[in-house]
Amino acid sequence: MSERFRPIGGRLLTPHFYFLGLLVLIAAWFIAKRFIFGIGAVSNLSDGFPWGIWITYDVVTGTAIACGGYAMALMVYVFNRGQFHPMIRAALLTSVFGYTLAGASIIVDVGRWWQLYNVFLPQYMNLNSVMLEVALCVTLYTVVLWIEFSPTILEAMQAKRWLRNLRHFLFLAIGLGILLPTMHQSSLGSLLIIAGDKVHPLWQTNIIPLLFLLTAITMGYAIVVFESLYASVNLRRPLETPLLSKISAVIPWLLIVYLVLRIGESVISGDILFLFRGGSEPLLFMLEVALFVYAIRHLRDEQQRVRPTVLFWTSLAVLLGGALYRFDAFMIAFDPGPGWHYFPAVGEMMITIGIVAFEIMAYLFFVKMTPVMMAAPGEDGPDAGPSGAWSGQRPATTAPDRLSSQRRGKGGFPPPAATSA
Amino acid sequence: MKTTGEWLEKEIGPRISDQLDIGGIDRRSFIKFAASMTVAMGLPVGMSGRVMAAIEEEAARPVVIWLHFQECTGCTESLLRSTHPTLETLILDMVSLDYSETLLAAAGHQAEAALHDSMQANDGRFILVVEGSVPTADNGNFCKVAGQTPQQMLHKIAPHAVAAIAIGSCASWGGVQSAAPNPTGAVGLAKALEMEGIIKTDGSALPVINLPGCPASPYNFLSTVLYYLTLKELPALDAKGRSQFAYGRLIHENCERRPHYDAGRFAQEYGDEGHRQGYCLYKLGCKGPETYANCPAIEFGDVGGNTWPVGIGHPCFGCSEQGVGFHKALHEQADVTSVTPPSMFPGIFTEHGGGIGVGSAALAGAVAGGATVYALGAYDKLKRAEKAEASESS
Repeated sequence: MSERFRPIGGRLLTPHFYFLGLLVLIAAWFIAKRFIFGIGAVSNLSDGFPWGIWITYDVVTGTAIACGGYAMALMVYVFNRGQFHPMIRAALLTSVFGYTLAGASIIVDVGRWWQLYNVFLPQYMNLNSVMLEVALCVTLYTVVLWIEFSPTILEAMQAKRWLRNLRHFLFLAIGLGILLPTMHQSSLGSLLIIAGDKVHPLWQTNIIPLLFLLTAITMGYAIVVFESLYASVNLRRPLETPLLSKISAVIPWLLIVYLVLRIGESVISGDILFLFRGGSEPLLFMLEVALFVYAIRHLRDEQQRVRPTVLFWTSLAVLLGGALYRFDAFMIAFDPGPGWHYFPAVGEMMITIGIVAFEIMAYLFFVKMTPVMMAAPGEDGPDAGPSGAWSGQRPATTAPDRLSSQRRGKGGFPPPAATSA
Repeated sequence: MKTTGEWLEKEIGPRISDQLDIGGIDRRSFIKFAASMTVAMGLPVGMSGRVMAAIEEEAARPVVIWLHFQECTGCTESLLRSTHPTLETLILDMVSLDYSETLLAAAGHQAEAALHDSMQANDGRFILVVEGSVPTADNGNFCKVAGQTPQQMLHKIAPHAVAAIAIGSCASWGGVQSAAPNPTGAVGLAKALEMEGIIKTDGSALPVINLPGCPASPYNFLSTVLYYLTLKELPALDAKGRSQFAYGRLIHENCERRPHYDAGRFAQEYGDEGHRQGYCLYKLGCKGPETYANCPAIEFGDVGGNTWPVGIGHPCFGCSEQGVGFHKALHEQADVTSVTPPSMFPGIFTEHGGGIGVGSAALAGAVAGGATVYALGAYDKLKRAEKAEASESS
């Protein structure tokens, strides 16, 4: 049984796609305004809140959601679970655009964007800076992600020579692709340690890098599940329930470790007492924990875990909980002092919405035009040519791929769905 | 072989610097004392050498005759009980205190003889220190020492002095005895001399230096004496006869709580939040804004850092100011003689924009609503797929 990725085909220019395009155009207008008139013209960012929704959502939450590729690579390559290899390209696709657009939104967010290149000049590097680590690591990982994803594009282009050459060093990219997110997803949390007292005590802790890393990995698995369900609902792909339920089985354990660490640390430091103070922060903390506990409760149950609706709500709960954790720590429970207020301005939100819309558009484009999705056995896609040609010698896959395909023999495969196009 | 007495005679010289060991004072403390007294007098630090030389000079020791009238002896007590008693005792040794009713070892006729002898020996050279007010009602019969009223003593002694120091608020302008209804008709020294028409034997007016306070700060007395010793002249005086170096500024001007005053942060009552936070005591009746003294600079009571009335949370009651201490009620608010507090204060924090607006709230709501509707739609589709799957497998 060989692994075949193929474009799912279908009409690209749907009304749905046009609507997303409209959102992107609105965002483009605001971005143009930002570059002509400055950040103040479109955003509510201030000296008190220099990190607004662009950093909180596009960078911190966006890259955590884009950890699908990282989380799946951990599972497939580090824990050698080859049976999940069919999902890795879709996971990488969400990652590659999540990271690329996070990097792009940094350019929008940084006041003197034309000086950004200085980050990469060794003579100006401050090696004690967490920000430097994040900047270099995210940039490098974005490049690595494109290399990891490039076989998909090259297959679509039928660039056989390139594919053959790539095979020799793809393992390096895969290795880096696991190392780098481990570094910067924790560093994104370290950024908050520097903020000190500005971050509410329920969120401020010295183990915040570990908490950010754990939630990022968890959100990575959740987005893989969510993305697959999205494809089933909107692209009429077959449900991959058995695989999804196996991925989801990991989530509760990660969440339990996270909750034990987070709540345990608060208890030891005594910060848990802030739960009994007034204000909205204790409620937000409870909401975060409740979302995770909901996911743990339903995913621990084997009977529930196989139901697509349960997978849908639990993956959504994990994504929302992880996102809320980041929003709270970076924005809502972040208090730079009296007199400062922040709520994203319309222009600011429209830029973020446009970036999300662009991600979905890119996802639809690549899924329909390039071999991202696994072809179900016996399925004859409309454009089976390119990937079909590779199925014999499999030049595009690497050593781990071969290994995984052997192991996959005993692994369950998604049943062909009647609804597949 | 020398006797022990000879050893002592040789080891301990006549100068104060030779005698420091006896008092348990090291030389460094002595030099520090001289330097700080120099600064307290408002002289440049570079003059501390001359101040020290003046302290050392045996021949220059002025003779002091100290008279007690209507008073409580608090000023003498505070002078004797300052933190550095040994050092101050040495200084007192340095001034030749020929007559003091409190400190004199002699009594009765012996004491009167000492006074008489000293006056004859130092005619026109001794300093007269007066502690306490002079009763003017009933010919001053309210106060008698050795059968003499203060008036009689002043007539006898004052014309022969070189200058007079009125120590404490009583001697300066009547103090607590002069508070209404003032049954003894108490007045200060300067007023009493004027009423009695007492002038020096050479026909000039007797200069009077007022050092008010209840009690007067001992350091203000010591530095006034040292000023005279060092420069052989009396310090500059203000309109009320007080030495300018000590009473030149309002307490309000150097007060450590002044920033709270300027920012409009006041303690409203004893023990309230503002009082605990160390806010300005003006509204509790602090007389700092109308009282001239150097308490915020050198503090008061001499028991360590930040201990003076305002420092420990009590409003200044204006003891050193004529018509304020003993005349105004404790809770009465001071007449602010410099700047009056504004009725409106600028905010402590600046409000910045950037809060939620109608447009952004609507957009956020629309996004959240759209996402919810979309999620519910997806859930519906999944539920149907789930049912189809279940019926297929069964």
